[in-house]
Amino acid sequence: MSPDHRASDVVLRTSAAARGGLNPARTVLDNRAVLLTKATHTTPAVTVNLAIRAGSIADPTGLPGMTWLLSRAIDRGTVTRAAAHIAEELDGRGITLTITVTRHLFSLVCTCLADDFEPVLALLGEILMSPSLPDEEIATRKGEVITAIRQDEDSPAVRATEALMALLYPAGHPYGRRTKGSIDVVERLTRAQLLQLHADRFAPSELTAVVVGDVETARAADVAARVFDGWRKPVPAPIALPPVALVNERRRVVIPMMNKAQADIAYGFTTVTRRDPAYYAFWLMNNAFGQYAIGGRLGDSIRERQGMAYYVSSSLDANVAPGPLVIRAGISPANVDRAVASIDEEVGRLVREGLTPKELDESRRYLIGSIPRALETNAAIANFLQTAEFFGLGLDYDMRLPELLGAVTLDEVTEAARRALDPDRATVVIAGPYE
Amino acid sequence: MRSTTFDNGLKVLIQEEHTAPLASVWCWYKVGSKDERPGLTGISHWCEHMNFKGTANIPRDQVKGIIEQYGGTWNGYTWIDQTTYLETATRDALDRMLFIESERMASCLYHPDDCESERTVIISELQGGENDPDQLLDQELTATAFKAHTYGHPTIGWLPDLQTMTRDDLYGYYRRYYVPNNATLVIVGDVETDEALRRVNHYFGGIQPGTTPSRIVTLEPEQTGERRLTIRKEGTTAYLKVGFHAPSVTDPGFFPMLILDAVLTGAKGLNLWSSFRVPPPQRSTRLYRALVERGLASSVTGALVPTAQPFLYSVSVTATDGVALGSVESELIAALDRVCRDGITDAELTKAKAQLRARLVFDSDSVTNIAHQLGYFETIASVDIFTAAPSRIAAVTLEDVAAVARRVFSSSNRTVGWFDPLPLGSGSTKSDV
Repeated sequence: MSPDHRASDVVLRTSAAARGGLNPARTVLDNRAVLLTKATHTTPAVTVNLAIRAGSIADPTGLPGMTWLLSRAIDRGTVTRAAAHIAEELDGRGITLTITVTRHLFSLVCTCLADDFEPVLALLGEILMSPSLPDEEIATRKGEVITAIRQDEDSPAVRATEALMALLYPAGHPYGRRTKGSIDVVERLTRAQLLQLHADRFAPSELTAVVVGDVETARAADVAARVFDGWRKPVPAPIALPPVALVNERRRVVIPMMNKAQADIAYGFTTVTRRDPAYYAFWLMNNAFGQYAIGGRLGDSIRERQGMAYYVSSSLDANVAPGPLVIRAGISPANVDRAVASIDEEVGRLVREGLTPKELDESRRYLIGSIPRALETNAAIANFLQTAEFFGLGLDYDMRLPELLGAVTLDEVTEAARRALDPDRATVVIAGPYE
Repeated sequence: MRSTTFDNGLKVLIQEEHTAPLASVWCWYKVGSKDERPGLTGISHWCEHMNFKGTANIPRDQVKGIIEQYGGTWNGYTWIDQTTYLETATRDALDRMLFIESERMASCLYHPDDCESERTVIISELQGGENDPDQLLDQELTATAFKAHTYGHPTIGWLPDLQTMTRDDLYGYYRRYYVPNNATLVIVGDVETDEALRRVNHYFGGIQPGTTPSRIVTLEPEQTGERRLTIRKEGTTAYLKVGFHAPSVTDPGFFPMLILDAVLTGAKGLNLWSSFRVPPPQRSTRLYRALVERGLASSVTGALVPTAQPFLYSVSVTATDGVALGSVESELIAALDRVCRDGITDAELTKAKAQLRARLVFDSDSVTNIAHQLGYFETIASVDIFTAAPSRIAAVTLEDVAAVARRVFSSSNRTVGWFDPLPLGSGSTKSDV
């Protein structure tokens, strides 16, 4: 057993013994909707997290942004309640309903006082199942979305990241599309199209409802079952994802934005799926490379030693299809070339040498030790359970996670780096006052 | 919550929370950008950065990982009244967290090379902020609203000061303000109070008190007329921001103003650390209905932050693409004039109180958030204001709200800022004030 294994075993035992596990209750309704419930009593509050497997990959061909517009309009009226009525129902209870769209999930999330749980879940269920999508509401929301797209056009960080994703996932791959879409498409979208999207993709078989908080598990499951049990719709056809193209050359794109003070660099690769056995090696690799403390190795080099950036880090977004590893940095225009060269150097060193035993041990200890902190709040637990359900990780995933991280070896991390990273195959986008 | 003051002046607040095997330690200093004189703007924030760079007993190369090995996180921030540092980790890291904070208080190094390296990091942080037109407008509006008070300059500082400040400036400032009699240590989590106090005494009891730091005492004179500024710069989106001199946290008008903000833009609660992560419930608020629901704006937010001295209440609006800023401003001012004239309704008062009650619960969902609130209020005024917040909110009357609306929303008390975008590629011009 290597030294890094012994160290992580200690952390593993401490962490597992201290926590005892989430042990959520899972129920599958007749209509195939999944309910996950977990009682906590930290505060007299409950988090509701409803996710439908209808993210931006569900946008019809040629109409990117439709799911996003639906997310802006879905809570502006139902078959029984006007938008103003819903606003009063939520505001009067101090609730902010957050609706998000990722590549694969369309989510309604809120935290309410425990006393308000039943009427709030009923309201969210109605919003999810029976939106009315009034024309006047769609028109107002279009104005908001178009303004947001215009704001994005003026943000070097957004421009760099979006351009990188389009290059990594070309030819119409859904991961390469802007989630908000484009102004010309948004302007053309109609109520009928949004209703059709809802009819096609929103079904109980696609729903996972998570309830975490100060409500007993049996009661939470009972209330959720009453809300969703009567929802009957056929199972939607699966959405096929095209294969991710291999990148065999280095690409560099500059987006001049001369009205800005600082340039943003987005530098990336495609990696692995979330279900790939190598995922945990990639996770540890990314943590040591661009996360640990203030940005891992990248932070040590670019921020701490060279003083070139306030922020530099890397992120790994393994998904249903092989997701990206993206390095991002905000850099003074005079230092852009030096910063890119430093990133190249660090990527090359990682591929050549892998991590040191100390680095792997540190990242492993950190990721395992941070589990109790990451699962402290109701909202965080609900999000964790949604992710575990979506990727089929199991109800005991929080308990198995230390072991999964603990089993990764140095060789597996090096293999992960060699499999996905290579400066000669990097895609680099620079947006800002740089030509 | 137990409050103790050590012989060296260090105040310690400890609250046991046994809901998770975690502890959060915050060390707060009564120093922020309001304590900076011209030529040294940004020095509080720069010192905060320097205080992560190793100490006499934590070598520079051992800073990385010192709390991460416990699965923990650490951070810090600086604002107008305060500088603070935190660690949240498993409870067995309590000693480590206290050690780090005691070292930070007494033994930071300020190596000249580190000071120089951090200069460019901070200038990078400043430039990153300037990339955001809304943030740029906020900075310029605040500077216009304050003629005399040191709340007027940005916490990150003005660029020329950041380019010229020296290592001796930084170290002198650090030694002046980082003394136990200018600090509050907060511990919240799965700890036992008596034992935690013993550990605090072990690490901090030997640190000598310093001379009570002198303060810049400048009262902002009453504003006598509306002030305006316009930034014309290349961009894609128009922004409007209106600021009013507002009650400090110790002013009897503060809680009525908090209710008024909830009626206008939704209840944010009182947690500067966490409230920005969850937007307020606001669909039924007056300004949302007047601006967003009518298609004039894509967003509207209000900000009333608890501060030691009177700061600003600000309303920020993003104009919908194609809508002129003048029409947005007219509607906003009309809505504020209405509330000045007519006050708020009983139903609005009831709803705002319910929202704030809920937000106080939601903002106390972690040991980190609870510890932040205790230290924040103790640093700007007194922790008693925070613990009394539910009753102070409950006691607010319609008349209290009407009075504070008339006091704050007078035209002579406002500063109006526009970010009026020029077409991309047209070249930028300076601000008009």
